[in-house]
Amino acid sequence: MTTRQGASAKVAGGVPRFLRYLGMPLFLGVVCLALYLYVSTKPLDSIEKRILTANFLFARVIEHIQLAAVSTVIVVVLAVTTGILLTRPGTRRVTPLIIGLANIGQAVPSIGLLVLFAITWDFGFWPAIVALVAYSFLSILRNTMVGLQQVDRSTIEAARGMGMTKTAVLFRIELPLAVPIILAGIRTALIINVGTATLAAFVDAGGLGTVIDRGIRLGRDSVLIVGSVLTGVLALSIDWLAGVAEEILRPRGL
Amino acid sequence: MGGFLEYLALNWDHVVELAIGHAVVVSISLAIDIAIGVSLGVLVFNRERAANVALAITSTFLTIPSFALFGLFIPIFGLGYLPAVAALVMYGLLPILRNTIAGLRSVDPAVAESAQGMGMNARQRLLRIELPLAWPVIIAGVRVSTMLLMGIAAIAAIVGGPGLGEDIFSGLARVGSVTALDLVLGGILGIVVLALIFDTFFNVLGKLTTSRGIRD
Repeated sequence: MTTRQGASAKVAGGVPRFLRYLGMPLFLGVVCLALYLYVSTKPLDSIEKRILTANFLFARVIEHIQLAAVSTVIVVVLAVTTGILLTRPGTRRVTPLIIGLANIGQAVPSIGLLVLFAITWDFGFWPAIVALVAYSFLSILRNTMVGLQQVDRSTIEAARGMGMTKTAVLFRIELPLAVPIILAGIRTALIINVGTATLAAFVDAGGLGTVIDRGIRLGRDSVLIVGSVLTGVLALSIDWLAGVAEEILRPRGL
Repeated sequence: MGGFLEYLALNWDHVVELAIGHAVVVSISLAIDIAIGVSLGVLVFNRERAANVALAITSTFLTIPSFALFGLFIPIFGLGYLPAVAALVMYGLLPILRNTIAGLRSVDPAVAESAQGMGMNARQRLLRIELPLAWPVIIAGVRVSTMLLMGIAAIAAIVGGPGLGEDIFSGLARVGSVTALDLVLGGILGIVVLALIFDTFFNVLGKLTTSRGIRD
């Protein structure tokens, strides 16, 4: 009895973290299985049969991942660079302005930006990417700037006192210390972009939104449910992967 | 731009009507969020495990793409206000819950103890000491939720929810016509203006309702 108690106490200390990593994939696996059982036991009409094929759905998932990945790479490069430039001593005064702007920027509807780029420029992949980048830019910029600001000023002064140049301080002190915040920014960008990419279907850029949209237009609940559940599963899987990557990539000593 | 102003002048009543619908759907959702978020925050803030679970669940809501959530609610609630409000409530919870927990935890234990020493019971302490002290932080969370819901409510037009998203989708449906751009711009700018009005309102409300002793 005592040994069992000892073992369970040990487990209770170590397992939550372990469970946190395993819980989500297990949950998503169960959801996918339930979805599969729901579709395969349901008699489908010809319209449903045409959309609910592995090939069609897989192609939409790939489109969705491409939209999210490309827009995330672009926005992270742009926003992190801008964030670094705007937190230099000469430009630091604009920080409150940018942060205020970023808060209001959240209210700009993502669907509005997608449609705006589509009708003033074009439909398809690249205008959708530009809209996704424009939508997530301010949030990521804010994250980066807040992160860089949090680096203790006395650490920077100590490094300067040790004879490091400003560039050396940026690359060897400020950026490494801000890595967790930048990683969190990448994760946030990914989540925002996976979500917004769902709306890319409206501007002919594909993705899983196509399936949801068809479900609504054609009045087929099965299609609607498959599209919505797959979108949710994709978003949660990407968030989970990003969370694990964040944990692994975080610099030691922090 | 002249064309857009002319469009606004001609369609003012229509835009205002949609803006009111937008404001109503966001307000209802926010009211529910404040009720759930603050009470849940009060329940879990001094239970580490429960607080973590509540935060994990509400942040999972926020990870689910809004179009998918609106879509899932159609078979359950049909089209209209209901699926829109249900989804918006789920999206607005996290900032309010997170800030309620953070605000209540930031209350100095010595202050809470002296309240107890003065003979206050747990309920009085919560209502007269802890919540008033946490209030500015809670209001900050409400403002974040408001911004979030304003933008997401535009997507509610897909499920027949009211609001300015309707004009964005009408603009999309009329691509190539002169009014398409006006409709979309009207929708986007309307939402931003509405967001600014709401934000100012909560900012002022926060200042007025903050207990005098902790005003800055």
